[in-house]
Amino acid sequence: MNNGAPLLEARNLRKAFVVAGAAWEKSDRRAQAVDDVSLEVHRAETFGIVGESGCGKTTLARMLLRLVEPDAGEIRFDGDDWLAARGSDMRKIRRRMQMVFQDPMASLDPRMRVDAIVGEPLEIHEPELSRAQIRARVAETLDAVGLSSDTLRRYPHEFSGGQRQRIGIARALILRPELIIADEPVSALDVSIGAQVLELLGNLQRQFSLSLLLISHSVPVVAQLASRVAVMQAGKFVESGPTEQVLNAPAHPYTQSLLAAVPRLPV
Amino acid sequence: MAVLLRLENFSVELPTPSGWIRPVNEVSFELQESEVLGLVGESGCGKTMLSLGLMGLEPHGARRCGRAWLEISREGVSARVNLAAVAGEGMRKLRGHEIAMIFQEPMTALDPVMRIGAQIEEAIRVHEPKITRAEVQQRTLEALKLASVPQSAVRAHQFPHQLSGGLRQRAMIAMALAMRPRLLIADEPTTALDVTVQQQIVQLLTNLCRELHLALIFITHDLGVVAQIAQRVAVMYAGRIVEMGPTAEVLTHPAHPYTAGLLRAAPRLEGKKLTPIAGAVPKLDDLPPGCAFSPRCEFHCSECDVAVPDLREASPEHSARCILVPMSDSGKQ
Repeated sequence: MNNGAPLLEARNLRKAFVVAGAAWEKSDRRAQAVDDVSLEVHRAETFGIVGESGCGKTTLARMLLRLVEPDAGEIRFDGDDWLAARGSDMRKIRRRMQMVFQDPMASLDPRMRVDAIVGEPLEIHEPELSRAQIRARVAETLDAVGLSSDTLRRYPHEFSGGQRQRIGIARALILRPELIIADEPVSALDVSIGAQVLELLGNLQRQFSLSLLLISHSVPVVAQLASRVAVMQAGKFVESGPTEQVLNAPAHPYTQSLLAAVPRLPV
Repeated sequence: MAVLLRLENFSVELPTPSGWIRPVNEVSFELQESEVLGLVGESGCGKTMLSLGLMGLEPHGARRCGRAWLEISREGVSARVNLAAVAGEGMRKLRGHEIAMIFQEPMTALDPVMRIGAQIEEAIRVHEPKITRAEVQQRTLEALKLASVPQSAVRAHQFPHQLSGGLRQRAMIAMALAMRPRLLIADEPTTALDVTVQQQIVQLLTNLCRELHLALIFITHDLGVVAQIAQRVAVMYAGRIVEMGPTAEVLTHPAHPYTAGLLRAAPRLEGKKLTPIAGAVPKLDDLPPGCAFSPRCEFHCSECDVAVPDLREASPEHSARCILVPMSDSGKQ
């Protein structure tokens, strides 16, 4: 599966945030959110990042999408220098990568109807499409995420958490991106609904040959979908490798303690 | 072991424009002294409303029915009160001394502009206005030590934002246990915490139950945490208990299709393929006739829609609210 050049390649990414110091402190403190992280995501691969709160995984995701700019490092998307892209070049690359957020209630505009929410990326990135074409693509995409077309004229609050997450996935999917970054896509959902969303993500990944970057605090969730996984602690990757190897033979003490803390169900 | 809490058809009803709904619907169970009962269910199943109802903290306008007998013994005299019938001042006397509660997100449950120690002192003073200031402080430090807060004297002078999530939850536990209640209700106490910290809090609660003979109702949506902490587990769905029994037994041999579905839907480290439960939880004002789980159930048949099934005994101490569990008239003898 790892043949050819990676779709997304990041080298030595760093990002520090300035934490305003107290009035009597001479200078502001810096918090190193991401500290020298390198990663590769191949085509049609699911790569997982697991780490506890505050380890920098969300900052890393946002840098890969250039929602925040890294302090140092290099990102290549499909061979192109992603950090150097400006203006229309930037837009062209960005439409090939999309994000699914943790809390669908917070990430969907409560005053927009589903057809407008899901169709909006098309209006921005494919302005040449007619309204009928947009409508057809929206219906097709909603169908792909398991929502019927009678949901088109409804508002986000009319849906359950799992359905809202499907809307968020449809919005990410409608541009037919090559890479989807899912940041804690199921942690706001109940177990039975979370399983539905994980199954959907896995199916879509196969159906559309997507590259999926799955970020979660939960090792079992990442283990469910990812073929390779990286364990992140305090801004660094402390361990990475094929999922089975990391889970069965963790080399780093932090990975070992993380795995030991996961509550097990009796078999 | 004596029974500490006995619920008999305990319900909590809420008014809605379309009539009364029952987030907690005729729940019955017994809890022994120093027993840990896990209460499992998905959002909206009524597990939080059940605990608020027991604490007398149900939303304004709600009403409680049925009985919730709590055994009280003070200075050798024992009595029992029906929590469902006590309110106001009477309930305040029971809270803290007999029954206490901790919540999911300690940052929202604690006052951000009050030092940790002062918050615990306040809780003690409300319930025992007559004791001296020195004694209050003494008890506060003891409570913090009980909850294994390191450097408790230092921590008592800090504000909630200066504490990590795990320490905040320990401070909450200290506050709840300051008056030495015999029953603690913990509503998703580890959901907001990282797994490594979650493990520490679970360990702390387990130790406290053993040392203080504290009974614990541990509410969670996570079956794995239940397996770690609880001797018995009750699974709730749409306001009712649908399955109850010894934890190991329920998790390895679930008798209700909903419990079995939850177990198949829970991601595991082994990365086994997940089987989601189709559909969604029904709305409480629009429950299906008969079994509330029937629309999502793979074994659904016409008999399911006739009436809400009774809890039937699947094996000794283990019961499930499903018609697939064979009727046992010889089971109990």
